[in-house]
Amino acid sequence: MSKERIQISEDLYDIMPSDYQDLVKSATYGKEDRGWKDIGSSKELIEQHSLCAGCPESMAFRYILASLPNPEDTVMVGSTGCTSLVFPMVAVHNIHSLFGNQNAIASGLKRALSVRFPGRVKDVVVLAGDGATVDIGLDMTLQAWFRQEKFTTICFDNELYANTGGQESGLMQKGFVAKMAPVGKLFDKVRLPEIARESGCHYVVNCTVSKPSLVEKVIRNAVHVAREIGPTYLQLYTPCILEIGKNSMEGLQEMRDSEKPTERFAYKEYVSEPAKQLLAELAAKDKERKAAAKQLASQASA
Amino acid sequence: MATPPSVIGTQNKKGQTYTDPWKLLHEAPRTPSFFTGSEVIKEAVRRSSCDVMIAYPITPQSEAAALIGELFAEGYIGDYFRGESEFAVMSQCAGAAFGGARVFTTTAGPGTMRAMENFPMWAGARLPIQMIVTCRGINSPLSIQPDTLEISYLLNTGMLVWHAETAQDFFDWILKGYLVSEEPDVHLPLALCCDGFFVTHTKDVVNLTPADMCLPPYDPYRSPVPCMDMECPPVRMMRDPFVMKSNYISYATHASWQQEIWAAIERSRKHSIHWLNGLIDTENVDAEILIVTSGTAVSQGREAIRLLEEEGVRCGLVKVKTLRPWPEDEIREATKNAKHIFVPEFNVTGWLAKEIRATIPNPHRVHAGPHVCGGMTMPPEIIVSEIKTALGMKSFSLAGRGS
Repeated sequence: MSKERIQISEDLYDIMPSDYQDLVKSATYGKEDRGWKDIGSSKELIEQHSLCAGCPESMAFRYILASLPNPEDTVMVGSTGCTSLVFPMVAVHNIHSLFGNQNAIASGLKRALSVRFPGRVKDVVVLAGDGATVDIGLDMTLQAWFRQEKFTTICFDNELYANTGGQESGLMQKGFVAKMAPVGKLFDKVRLPEIARESGCHYVVNCTVSKPSLVEKVIRNAVHVAREIGPTYLQLYTPCILEIGKNSMEGLQEMRDSEKPTERFAYKEYVSEPAKQLLAELAAKDKERKAAAKQLASQASA
Repeated sequence: MATPPSVIGTQNKKGQTYTDPWKLLHEAPRTPSFFTGSEVIKEAVRRSSCDVMIAYPITPQSEAAALIGELFAEGYIGDYFRGESEFAVMSQCAGAAFGGARVFTTTAGPGTMRAMENFPMWAGARLPIQMIVTCRGINSPLSIQPDTLEISYLLNTGMLVWHAETAQDFFDWILKGYLVSEEPDVHLPLALCCDGFFVTHTKDVVNLTPADMCLPPYDPYRSPVPCMDMECPPVRMMRDPFVMKSNYISYATHASWQQEIWAAIERSRKHSIHWLNGLIDTENVDAEILIVTSGTAVSQGREAIRLLEEEGVRCGLVKVKTLRPWPEDEIREATKNAKHIFVPEFNVTGWLAKEIRATIPNPHRVHAGPHVCGGMTMPPEIIVSEIKTALGMKSFSLAGRGS
């Protein structure tokens, strides 16, 4: 999509909602080095949200949407759950269809966009909860990876079914007492990052969303690798503070506690050889671009 | 936005000429060809400018789905792959249609049932996907034989549902199906059903349009809902998702959305009448006895009528072509003179007879039957026997049927 497409006709300007006017005036579509630092100085691609106060998922949404390298040509695919309450407020085309079929939808979507727009970049990013990704949708999650579908899968791992009221999920920790796990969950947290690696993902990261700079890095890497090489997977801890008995202001600390080196969300990364090469090339280009910009700036000031 | 220039008369990468659909279907020369139903599906798809086809093996549609793979290898289709299950395949079809592609798929029996959650979603999302349903048994114990029970489950999904009798119907209706379902005031998925094996695995003479002519491509920007390709502004859809709300506005939104889908099915009538030359076909409906049915039961009914004529019993025929939209007025009109209406069906419940009973005055005129199911064939003699028995005429018992 070119930026002209979102321009408002002068005659209609005053009747457009203010958030749309803001999108046209100061969103970062097309900005080459967009990232989390744009938050606060530009119009974000998310307008409000209906999540609980202090929900780490809302932080994750803001960082991810700020970090997508190509939002003007990105289509997101969601699934049923808390994320589906946010997507209607997101200024990127997004699809909700059923619960758990997100990677199947994304497979068809990516292929259709490749057929219709040959030679153009159209990124597809899946964003769904752990129930959708690992339980009901596991087959389609894995099969998309086996087929080497070129899109990114992001799992918001809150270790339970939050939207239906805190039931046991496959990514829940063993022993956790929850609805439908009345004597505590009886089996280990499913090791999806390892499964992702074995299933053919080229870039896999397991981490929390406590650090926006880290979220920005892994999102950019995941989207670029998916675009050029093959499937990528990010498992991001977005604790459900409501269901684990935390207060609104305690979500950040919960993530910090869970990312310590011995904890289950200690930063883990797998990068395939072709992906390493691509990321090195992109980093070199980025460095070159920054050096050129710096030189230009010093010439201008001289 | 300026109207894009017409593609009619230009060629695609395979050298096929995009042809005005009316000319393609009504004026272009036809070549009689002796093909199986599966091969006919392939030939229709070859001419349909299809962007994406997604396949999964299940009898009796596997051959057709694989033959379309050959079309992909030849370059006639944009993309093609085997999904992992029918539920996944129908979601993959949805993804491709959300992305603005013309989509084709095929399924049957248990596959239709496994995929069922997708169909109201397709309709609700206004995705004009075409799905061939080669009906087979869905019962346990496992059966792969012809049986049309699965059609009854599709009737309330919000999809258009057509029931082809012959391979010729199939060839024409695949092409015509896209023309109806992609109309902006319709824009709904189509389940194009046939009776598995009887149509898919038998050979018949089918008159094909020239292979170097094809339908114009799908234009996703004629859709009544935005195409999810980031080529139009990504406006915020709503302040709060309606799923969260228990209030009148939420209920009214969901209600009106559903009503709109059923209104779109109604609006498909005029297009279906235009392309299919009416929602029903009739023969001798001034007769007091009528056979009203759909699918291959029509062929068997036609043969039964010939046998009855030999015995001096006059019987008319109504072939129901579209089940959604349901030809209510047409059936009422066609059956107005009938004293006895027989509805032979290839399923155990007689869903078509129930629909007809709910449609016409004096529904006691409807004799639901004969029914065969589980893969049994329907010899015309059992239709004759059913009719003669109901009329109090002497009927010979049929050997081997326990009668």
